[in-house]
Amino acid sequence: MAHGPATLADGWVKYASRWLFTTNHKDIGTLYLWFSFAMFILGGAFAMAIRAELFQPGMQLMQPEFFNQMTTMHGLVMVFGAIMPAFVGLANWLIPMMIGAPDMALPRMNNLSFWILPFAFAILVATLFMEGGGPNFGWTFYAPLSTTFAPDTVNYFIFGVHIMGASSIMGSINIIATVMNMRAPGMTYMKMPLFVWTWLITAFLLVAVMPVLAGAVTMMLMDINFGTSFFDAAGGGDPVLFQHVFWFFGHPEVYIIILPAFGVVSQIIPTFSRKPLFGYSSMVYATASIAFMSFIVWAHHMFTVGMPIAGELYFMYATMLIAVPTGVKVFNWITTMYKGALTYETPMLFSIAFVILFTFGGFTGLMLSIAAADMQYHDTYFVVAHFHYVMVAGAVFSGTAAVYYWLPKWCGKMYDETMGKVQFWIAFIGFNIAFMPQHFLGLAGMPRRYADYGLQFADWNMVSSIGAFMYGAAQILFLFNVIRTITHGKPVNDPQVWEGAEGLEWTVDTPAPYHTFEKPPEVK
Amino acid sequence: METSHRSLLAKLLAIAVAMFLFAIFVLPPLYDLFCEITGIGGRTDGKYEAVEVKVDTSRQVRVQFVAANNEQMPWEFYPMEHSVVVYPGESRAVNFFAHNTTGEDMIGQAIPSVLPNNAADYFHKTACFCFDNQPLAAGEQAELGLVFILDPDLPDNVNTVTLSYTLFDITDRTGLAVAQQ
Repeated sequence: MAHGPATLADGWVKYASRWLFTTNHKDIGTLYLWFSFAMFILGGAFAMAIRAELFQPGMQLMQPEFFNQMTTMHGLVMVFGAIMPAFVGLANWLIPMMIGAPDMALPRMNNLSFWILPFAFAILVATLFMEGGGPNFGWTFYAPLSTTFAPDTVNYFIFGVHIMGASSIMGSINIIATVMNMRAPGMTYMKMPLFVWTWLITAFLLVAVMPVLAGAVTMMLMDINFGTSFFDAAGGGDPVLFQHVFWFFGHPEVYIIILPAFGVVSQIIPTFSRKPLFGYSSMVYATASIAFMSFIVWAHHMFTVGMPIAGELYFMYATMLIAVPTGVKVFNWITTMYKGALTYETPMLFSIAFVILFTFGGFTGLMLSIAAADMQYHDTYFVVAHFHYVMVAGAVFSGTAAVYYWLPKWCGKMYDETMGKVQFWIAFIGFNIAFMPQHFLGLAGMPRRYADYGLQFADWNMVSSIGAFMYGAAQILFLFNVIRTITHGKPVNDPQVWEGAEGLEWTVDTPAPYHTFEKPPEVK
Repeated sequence: METSHRSLLAKLLAIAVAMFLFAIFVLPPLYDLFCEITGIGGRTDGKYEAVEVKVDTSRQVRVQFVAANNEQMPWEFYPMEHSVVVYPGESRAVNFFAHNTTGEDMIGQAIPSVLPNNAADYFHKTACFCFDNQPLAAGEQAELGLVFILDPDLPDNVNTVTLSYTLFDITDRTGLAVAQQ
């Protein structure tokens, strides 16, 4: 008989050892989720600093150098510290329960891949307190800004990126091994829940491109410290090469962020529509083709570097092609809801908002993919607005939906529905007030990553900052609601939790026992 | 650990290592090759061994010279002639002037670039100061030589070719700075 997990009642040494040495997928999932939420708050604090400075024209609160560190750290912490670990946490919690496996395939590696992550971010964040300040070259760390002109702390940044890359690679290898080797009897690939499918494909993307990111920062490291000239024109290198290598990683990275979010929404919408997901197999093929195409469109991030016209046209058309499988997905979500018996619990609200706002962000992406038009949009707030619509309203909304949807299963308590809905509406309205005006600012020519702006941009910047503060406040409410659910939530005993929920994770007890599916279930 | 996990783990780790090596050892040369084929960045080839070709006297091409200093490079650096008119196939020598205006011994490196991009492949340098770095002692002046031939196959629509040099300060990276201390 497996022993239960240590609780605080066993003394804090035992309790701390449980979390430090745990190989249980649910424990590690919980660690990932809390860590990513902490990073989300930290990255959010950086965002609040940015928006507070941009509230009015002129320099109010900080030096421009510090502002640059804020924009850089906000991007790095949110992408690598908040969104990615949040979805790895969801994968840890849910994939074994969804495919009827007792745990992840490589539990010790799972522990390692989580526990190196706090060190990576401790190193990264510590640079803010060092002489010369933290990284200030933007989250895309283009050379030569990040090499010739970088602060000395850039080596800590590089080391941090190496560690988080190793963590991601180990995490994704674990997910692939679990999905490929540990499915319950009868759980064929085409019976897997869509969340498992999207994560399997994402994990392959991660294994393929995180090493390329590691390669890019390694080349930076050698240029800075060992006299090579990968990105230095003086020695025969080329800074444009950096952009190619970075975006060869960076474009698949945006799908690494959004594909698991697609998976989450594909689980939630059928539940609250009380209909099976429309077009399951087309969803799988669409996901796979998006993943494949993500490798062949990277240069659309760099239309302005001076590519030959043939290159611009190729990357433009290839990028537009991605709208087709993405459109298939949006069509399927809408068709799933069509004529369904819809109810609007908090997870469903976030999912519907996801579909609407992600589609909106997709359309601005199409605008940006037009090479000729991108000459104007490039590096303006239009781009900032675009990727916040797909990353915040996309990945973060779906992550929030996932937490509300599975929280009762995780802790056996129901969250406060009213508070959830209030949070949703503050977040939804705040988000749109924050980012919709940034489209206008960008089209009017306001460049991104500057600490100050011309007076003609003042009004919309103030509106945008107010929206950002609203959105930030909604996250505090979110944290409060989750903690309150765990401490004071109304107990749920029904394994099903949600009326329309389907899948193996809803067949185990609520709250989910520490060990599930020690005997594999039979899947028909 | 089950055997099936082990072999899968080995394969996936191999993919990760291969992609890392790909990023460092394959992508940069591939990029250079791509730039060389397409002429992006106006990259010119290395030293050219002159071959016997017939000088094409039916057309003339203007070759302009541009010199620029990178970042903080303090040297005076300019072409002695700003443009010349040549026949394709004709060998022509021109000089650039460089003057180390500082009180320190320095080393410069000029990086060439040719516009338009489709002319880069047809601009041959049989001798060029840019093949080596240029050490100049404090206050020293030099005339730097370049001998070039325009290939007779130069596309017909190209009437003007611009050769631009950017001069970089590479004193720190060559070890001279260390030697002086």
